[in-house]
Amino acid sequence: MKQKNIDNIIALSNDLRWQIGDEFHDNLAEGIYADAAEIVKVSVHKPNGDNRLRLDAKIDKIITSKTWGFPLMFLILAVVLWLTIVGANYPSSMLAELLLNTIHPALKGYASALGLPWWLDGFLIDGVYMAVAWVIAVMLPPMAIFFPLFTLLEDFGYLPRVAFNLDHLFKLSGAHGKQALTMSMGFGCNAAGVVATRIIDSPRERLIAIITNNFSLCNGRWPTQILIATIFIGATVPASFAGIASLGAVIGVAILGICFMFLTSWALSKTVLKGEVSTFNLELPPYRPPRFWKTIYTSIIDRTLIVLWRAIVFAAPAGAVIWLISNIHIGDLSIAAWMIDSFDGFGFLFGLNGVILVAYIVAIPANEIVIPTILMLTVLVTGISGGAGAGVMFELDSANATGEILRAGGWTLLTAVNLMLFSLLHNPCSTTIYTIYKETKSVRWTVVASILPVIMGFVVTFLVAQVWRLFA
Amino acid sequence: MEVKPKSACDTCAHFNAAGLKKLGVDTSSFDHVIALAGNPNTGKSTVFNALTGLRQHTGNWPGKTVTRAEGGFEYNNEKYKLVDLPGTYSLLSTSEDEEVARNFILFGKPTVTVIVVDASRLERNLNLVLQILEITDRAVLCLNLMDEAKRNDIEINTRTLARDLGIPVVPASARYNEGIPELIQTISEVANGSIVCKPHRIKNIPKNIEKAVEDLSVEILKEYPDMPNSRWIAFRLLEGDQHIINLLRTGEFEEYIS
Repeated sequence: MKQKNIDNIIALSNDLRWQIGDEFHDNLAEGIYADAAEIVKVSVHKPNGDNRLRLDAKIDKIITSKTWGFPLMFLILAVVLWLTIVGANYPSSMLAELLLNTIHPALKGYASALGLPWWLDGFLIDGVYMAVAWVIAVMLPPMAIFFPLFTLLEDFGYLPRVAFNLDHLFKLSGAHGKQALTMSMGFGCNAAGVVATRIIDSPRERLIAIITNNFSLCNGRWPTQILIATIFIGATVPASFAGIASLGAVIGVAILGICFMFLTSWALSKTVLKGEVSTFNLELPPYRPPRFWKTIYTSIIDRTLIVLWRAIVFAAPAGAVIWLISNIHIGDLSIAAWMIDSFDGFGFLFGLNGVILVAYIVAIPANEIVIPTILMLTVLVTGISGGAGAGVMFELDSANATGEILRAGGWTLLTAVNLMLFSLLHNPCSTTIYTIYKETKSVRWTVVASILPVIMGFVVTFLVAQVWRLFA
Repeated sequence: MEVKPKSACDTCAHFNAAGLKKLGVDTSSFDHVIALAGNPNTGKSTVFNALTGLRQHTGNWPGKTVTRAEGGFEYNNEKYKLVDLPGTYSLLSTSEDEEVARNFILFGKPTVTVIVVDASRLERNLNLVLQILEITDRAVLCLNLMDEAKRNDIEINTRTLARDLGIPVVPASARYNEGIPELIQTISEVANGSIVCKPHRIKNIPKNIEKAVEDLSVEILKEYPDMPNSRWIAFRLLEGDQHIINLLRTGEFEEYIS
């Protein structure tokens, strides 16, 4: 009985729909707008005419102009990165001093006073503690600078304009215009970038944004790029240009990453993730003076600390593994040495070496510990003096000293260039992989997102190595 | 960081500052459900944070709130659960966020719906306001970003606006915590029935449509006497909203509430 009445209602609605014709939607919308106009006429007064947005319009004309839009965007990106990199140096070295040079020896002291066996003290303090300490010292300061800067730009209203400027390129590559926002976020942290893709409605375009986020050079990888560029690229030019050359190389790698992002987005949208580009309305919000302290507070609570905590959770076991493989011996060599030996030939093909590959395998959890691990492993296998013992990650105060160790380990300019490329193009860190799984709920796409960049990394470094050797 | 409300209301007998307790995410038991709706980028999340004491991330770009956020506050010994809906320009289309907002206001039966609008873009924002007023009887208009409107030399007569819309209008600058005490007081008065709304109904509709809506509405009320928003359901049926049709067929409104 009830069912019948509902059918009646639906039938009636169908009849009525025929009667009033298909302009219903438009008529309704028009009616609403007419009402709105009447109400506004009575209650809203603009004594000085409609001069609002005049300043906004002026700013927009420059920021979104064809001529100035892109240069301004790169300039702002460069300034943000520069502030992050330079500004992070001091707190980073202070944290390193505290965590690595003060607390670490103190802990070792307590451990020996307590009479802990060497393996327990090594495993816990040299392994787990050092990895966590490294991650905090290297990761916290740049994030605490980058995320607030990013949030200030967001609050000011700049980010939607970036999306507006890049929309055309994203459309060409078959991706969503809002990917510009998640991509920028990735420069801070890929895991945060992956979470940010929630703003993209279409599942197809969201997947593209997730898979390609890793091509944004995250702040765990900036230090690697900068250090290697300073040591090897800076050295190829006269000393007075060294700074500019190495900075140029780093920015170049970041832009290369953006190119790979577009290329991969395009390839995905033409193959496995075929589909139409969805249109979307992005209202350019008014420029607003950001609320400085509030913004800084929320961005540190919301983004920095959450991301840092996740990184620590993943880095701790990695530290344990690194210590174990350097201290467990099979025959007369440690596991690490065995691994490096067996990867050396493979690494040569790609202009890399066994140390780099092993470092990238064990340092999956956090990109921050790649360089300390590489140094430790290089010292381990070359037997040169330096470092703090097997399985203890370290970094040297001066780039020169680091360069000497690396050159003693057989590093050349090619190794450096390819390490920079491989640092850009390799699997996401395990924090990001885990985040991708949580966001996509799909093992398949998580695997694709993890494997695809490594494959590209191997292809690119292989080609570079072959061409290099042909001409060098 | 705690900013003390600076408004005159603070010292006024009507606003009972001591009776306010921000409950954060604690929404365990509550007396009233308050929905927070509005266009994207009008500061809903800022209002949400100001009311609940939470610090949900806010940002100056549209579409920031992707999932529904919930929080609570207690005022004069009554607990309010606040639901922050995704920002939408309209409730007439089929995108996912509009559906979340629409279904919650329709079937979530919020005691009060607070509509946050950008005071400097009122006309455009009214599109959504008028649609919401078709759905619900109890609403409060939070005229947010008054600071920006002032900067742009826009004057708004809140009294005539309130009269025309048939709901209370509270001017606010949530970023500076201005107007929030008044908003809380007004929400509680609407929730407790001491303010009765007579929401505006869309007038400029062609006669034939108005007639069709009325006829359909009568039929719907025969079947569902408790349906508070039969007129809106009629609109949706005329639109051919498959979702609503299915809901009527199965009678499973509750599923769409949570």
